[in-house]
Amino acid sequence: MSSKLKYDVIVVGAGPAGLSAAIVLAKAGVRVIVIERGRLPGSKNVMGGVFYSDCMKDVLDDFPGNAPVERHVIDQRIWILDQGSSVGFNHKNESFNKKPYNCHTIFRAQFDRWLAGEAEKAGALIINSTVVKEALVENGKVIGVKTDRPQGDVFANCVIAADGVNSLFAKSLGLRKKIKPDSVAIAVKEVIGLDEKVINDRFNVKNDEGVTIEMTGSYFNGEAMAFLYTNKKSVSLGVGMVLKDVINNKVNPNDLIEHLKKHPSVAPLIEGGETKEFLAHLIPEGGYKAMPKLVGNGVMLAGDAAMMVDAIHREGSNLAITSGKLAAETYLEVSQQGGDFSEKSLSLYVKKLRDSFVLKDLKKYKGVPDLLQTNKHLLLQYPKLLNQAAFEMLNVDGVSKKDKEKLIWKTVKKEIGIGNLVKDLFKLWRNMV
Amino acid sequence: MGKTIDLTKKDHEISHYKNIWVFVEQTDGVAHSVSFELLSKARELAKQLDCQVGAVSIGRSVSHLAEEVFRFGADKFYIVEDEIFKDYRTEPFRDALSKLVIRYKPEIFLIGATTQGRDLSGSVATELRTGLTADTTKQEIDPETGMLMMTRPTFGGSLMATIVCPKDRPQMSTVRPGVFKAIPVELPKEGEIIRGKTNLTEALIVKKILKKVVSSEGNINLGFYDVIVAGGKGMGNKDNFNMIKELAELLGGAWAGSRKAVELGYAPQSRQVGQTGQTVHPKLYIACGISGAIQHLVGMQTSDVIISVNTDQNAPVFDVSTYCIVEDAIKFVPRLIAELKEQKLTPVKNEQ
Amino acid sequence: MHALVFIKQVPDASQVRVNYETGTLIREGVPAILNPFEAHAVEEAVKLREKHGGKVTVLTMGPPQATEALKECLSRGADKAYLLSDRVFAGSDTLATSYALFEGAKKIIEMEGEVDLFFAGKQAIDGDTAQTGPGIATRFDIPLVTYLIKLDDVNFEKKRAVATRLTEFGQETLQVPLPAFFTVEESLNELSHSPLPWLIKAAQSKIERLSSENVNLDREQCGLRHSPTKVKKAFTPEKRQRGETLTGSVEEMVQKTSDILIPFLKKDL
Ligand SMILES: Cc1cc2nc3c(=O)[nH]c(=O)nc-3n(C[C@H](O)[C@H](O)[C@H](O)COP(=O)(O)OP(=O)(O)OC[C@H]3O[C@@H](n4cnc5c(N)ncnc54)[C@H](O)[C@@H]3O)c2cc1C
Ligand SMILES: Cc1cc2nc3c(=O)[nH]c(=O)nc-3n(C[C@H](O)[C@H](O)[C@H](O)COP(=O)(O)OP(=O)(O)OC[C@H]3O[C@@H](n4cnc5c(N)ncnc54)[C@H](O)[C@@H]3O)c2cc1C
Ligand SMILES: Nc1ncnc2c1ncn2[C@@H]1O[C@H](COP(=O)(O)O)[C@@H](O)[C@H]1O
Repeated sequence: MSSKLKYDVIVVGAGPAGLSAAIVLAKAGVRVIVIERGRLPGSKNVMGGVFYSDCMKDVLDDFPGNAPVERHVIDQRIWILDQGSSVGFNHKNESFNKKPYNCHTIFRAQFDRWLAGEAEKAGALIINSTVVKEALVENGKVIGVKTDRPQGDVFANCVIAADGVNSLFAKSLGLRKKIKPDSVAIAVKEVIGLDEKVINDRFNVKNDEGVTIEMTGSYFNGEAMAFLYTNKKSVSLGVGMVLKDVINNKVNPNDLIEHLKKHPSVAPLIEGGETKEFLAHLIPEGGYKAMPKLVGNGVMLAGDAAMMVDAIHREGSNLAITSGKLAAETYLEVSQQGGDFSEKSLSLYVKKLRDSFVLKDLKKYKGVPDLLQTNKHLLLQYPKLLNQAAFEMLNVDGVSKKDKEKLIWKTVKKEIGIGNLVKDLFKLWRNMV
Repeated sequence: MGKTIDLTKKDHEISHYKNIWVFVEQTDGVAHSVSFELLSKARELAKQLDCQVGAVSIGRSVSHLAEEVFRFGADKFYIVEDEIFKDYRTEPFRDALSKLVIRYKPEIFLIGATTQGRDLSGSVATELRTGLTADTTKQEIDPETGMLMMTRPTFGGSLMATIVCPKDRPQMSTVRPGVFKAIPVELPKEGEIIRGKTNLTEALIVKKILKKVVSSEGNINLGFYDVIVAGGKGMGNKDNFNMIKELAELLGGAWAGSRKAVELGYAPQSRQVGQTGQTVHPKLYIACGISGAIQHLVGMQTSDVIISVNTDQNAPVFDVSTYCIVEDAIKFVPRLIAELKEQKLTPVKNEQ
Repeated sequence: MHALVFIKQVPDASQVRVNYETGTLIREGVPAILNPFEAHAVEEAVKLREKHGGKVTVLTMGPPQATEALKECLSRGADKAYLLSDRVFAGSDTLATSYALFEGAKKIIEMEGEVDLFFAGKQAIDGDTAQTGPGIATRFDIPLVTYLIKLDDVNFEKKRAVATRLTEFGQETLQVPLPAFFTVEESLNELSHSPLPWLIKAAQSKIERLSSENVNLDREQCGLRHSPTKVKKAFTPEKRQRGETLTGSVEEMVQKTSDILIPFLKKDL
């Protein structure tokens, strides 16, 4: 009885990738519908919480404008944790205090909702509480999507799948294989409420200035990455561990976070705080090598659905935004050229990604995930040694510094071997620089 | 619909209001136990305020309740009897009661927070344009102002609020059954019966009752029971729920379920305990295979004694339990039943 | 037929936690949801509309964020949504709330036409008072049916319906003339999964705003100042502590439990 629901573009998933695509399309006058599974955009999303501003340049004018951001980050710290000790370095820079700010801490629930509001303002239609089940395919071309609702088939010229790390959609099209346990991490996160003033004091910042701390090391047997980000009136504390390790070691991610909270370098920062939220999510960590096919006939994959996360630099949302934007631009260009949305025409999207930082960065670090998986000692032994070395050098106990150095080298030789050390350093250098 | 009361007749001078009233709820001439609980509380409050306690009842025939009403401490019994009040219907009851209040000006008016009491009190309070505090669990007199301080849970029991009604009379509130104890007075006096009249006729009442079903299974007020045995998803299947029923029966209590148990068809919705089911405060609550989600806890955490059986030692239900039994309920409950039956047969030593 | 549903947006009580140190509720980050009973009220009204034609209007009094709950009702099939929002309503107790909603509803009747069926939830899960519905019905002076679990034979020509409600001891079935006011239980119906076109329509519809400017209101009956009841203090109940964990073999635990239960044993049998 009802007429066919037909749009120009269907975007699956109202995360950063889907919404940025929708904004760019809607602004260009394209009829776009965004279908989101959650009760509201962001209601199912989790993120540690650092959002880079640069990627918004071509999406919205005047970012952050009235966006719900928490603090702009001026001090970034990296800590290597061992039992009872830590070694760290940091970079604090006044230029991070200049607008436009480089990055902010955010809450995804609020941020995604706001971004969805911007998409609506631009003219996109956002439908919540609706699950896209699979692609509708005709003659080998995606012509729409099937949702879980009655009269729920929607048709379009092209579908942008931005449905996140679990992308059912990409799987249903065979663009993506089942996620391998070694290419995703499971991350758990707590939001711990603290007074604004307490945060300012403990982290040595003023209002609206933020700090990020990335942590790794032997404290987690070299198998987890952790973070602590400051929000206005809370901190986000989280730990991620590659799924394979979670399975092999039979660890409960919740225990990891409890373990982290007890570390003497972390505990005083969160003391007296109260857990307000508890969240868990997957992060694609496989990097470049785990990426699926990015286009098909009538379909493009963006963001986490395409496994676009730079695990080394905790970047994901910016890659998502940029890839969403590029997918939208691809659509616009292809439709100008006559609107043949075949895999061949849409491969322009892959080219655009290659020319952008997205694929460049992902490619550059493509060896890192494997490297870390196969060389666990990098995150286990080195941190231990580093902590021991720091202790030896800083602990005044009558032993001369020269003797201490000797002692450290002796340990290194014994634990790793000089040859291995050189090899490891070379491996790291080749993969990261 | 032809209301019979005239609000302009309401006296707004609060100092003219005196005495404490209790609504005596009855069905087919049988009074609801909450009425006596409230009378006992009213007596206590009246002592502090140095005033009288009035009981009010409406029905086809309620005068026979006088003796009981006086035994629980009423000084006066206000009644309106008429055929039209045979069954409870909001509108005629509301009008009759409002008229009595306007005429006799009680300072405080307590009503049981039953289905009928909630239906009636909201209507009467609006009719009288006075404040109503619903579902209270505590009533005190502020010694300074003489005002009634009514305490009630909100947010499903997460927060308590003490509420006053400073400028309007009567100060009305509903009270959950089982909150106060019904204590008869030692030397009951013969009180005074005051009869009111109604000029309502059946023709004026538009709502007609077609059918009444008093059901055992379909509907049950769990609030009446001192003992409730509840099962959750952890009971595994509907058959296993029979042991919940059997244990409840042995203890003279009612059986109930969590929402998951209801969703799985182990128990009817009418026996669901919790935020979207019934709120209960029995003397004993036994939770078997129930995790203790907050929506369930808010419905039962004010029980005097809570015993929980759950295989998961970290189940949140244990956080509110008096006795925690970390065990498979499907194994534990039948053994407990067997043991209790044994106890029943042997002459009981512990019993007082 | 025209049904008007009073709906309320409430904090998801399941996610509200208590800070026992400060004695306050932690409401931050707690999602606001449509009061669960009202979803069933809308469902019932929409079912009637699908059968008899006509329209379903929803009304809430609340802050601007309450539009989200109204949108959900539109997604569930309501035709039009009104938000009654104004500073003068802040802090209203149930008497003041039922007054504001009564006036708001009168305005809606003026604009949208006579209402045959008024619906509200049995109670709101934040306040749990269950008074607002009876309050509005009394102000309209129309028949009230609380705890509705079944609505049959709705006849718009003869202006009457047959309603079944819960009572203390079972159920009763009533014949009610229309217009009438119903407060509903969850068991009234099963929520259905709305067709996608409804959601699309909802996303595209506008929420109508009502305020003290376009509704004829007596400000002397609104808001905190004119609410007869006042909250004197709010506090958190004492936290129940985890009690004794029984130990030993199953037999020992059974023995111990049975000792606890003996005073409760039913005497006759
Ligand atoms: C703990 C953690 C910390 C992180 N920290 C950072 C950080 O600090 N900085 C950073 O830049 N990145 C970070 N990331 C990565 C970042 O969150 C993601 O890369 C980013 O959210 C990807 O955006 P997206 O739009 O592709 O996917 P998502 O944000 O996952 O959005 C996908 C959307 O699709 C919806 N959806 C899924 N399936 C369906 C379906 N079948 N039908 C309809 N809708 C569907 C989902 O509900 C969701 O709203 C972090 C991730 C995690 C888990
Ligand atoms: C708006 C809203 C309103 C709600 N209202 C209510 C309400 O009124 N009432 C209500 O109850 N819920 C309500 N809920 C649902 C509530 O959140 C929970 O889902 C529900 O209470 C869980 O029921 P359960 O404990 O039976 O099941 P589960 O949470 O699945 O728990 C089962 C438990 O059984 C234990 N178990 C398993 N096997 C055994 C065994 N052999 N022996 C012993 N233990 C075993 C498990 O360890 C587990 O703890 C509501 C939810 C929402 C969102
Ligand atoms: N502010 C409000 N706006 C609209 N409807 C309301 C409001 N408050 C209460 N209601 C309705 O009245 C019912 C009972 O609420 P309460 O009396 O607060 O328990 C709710 O389920 C709603 O249907």
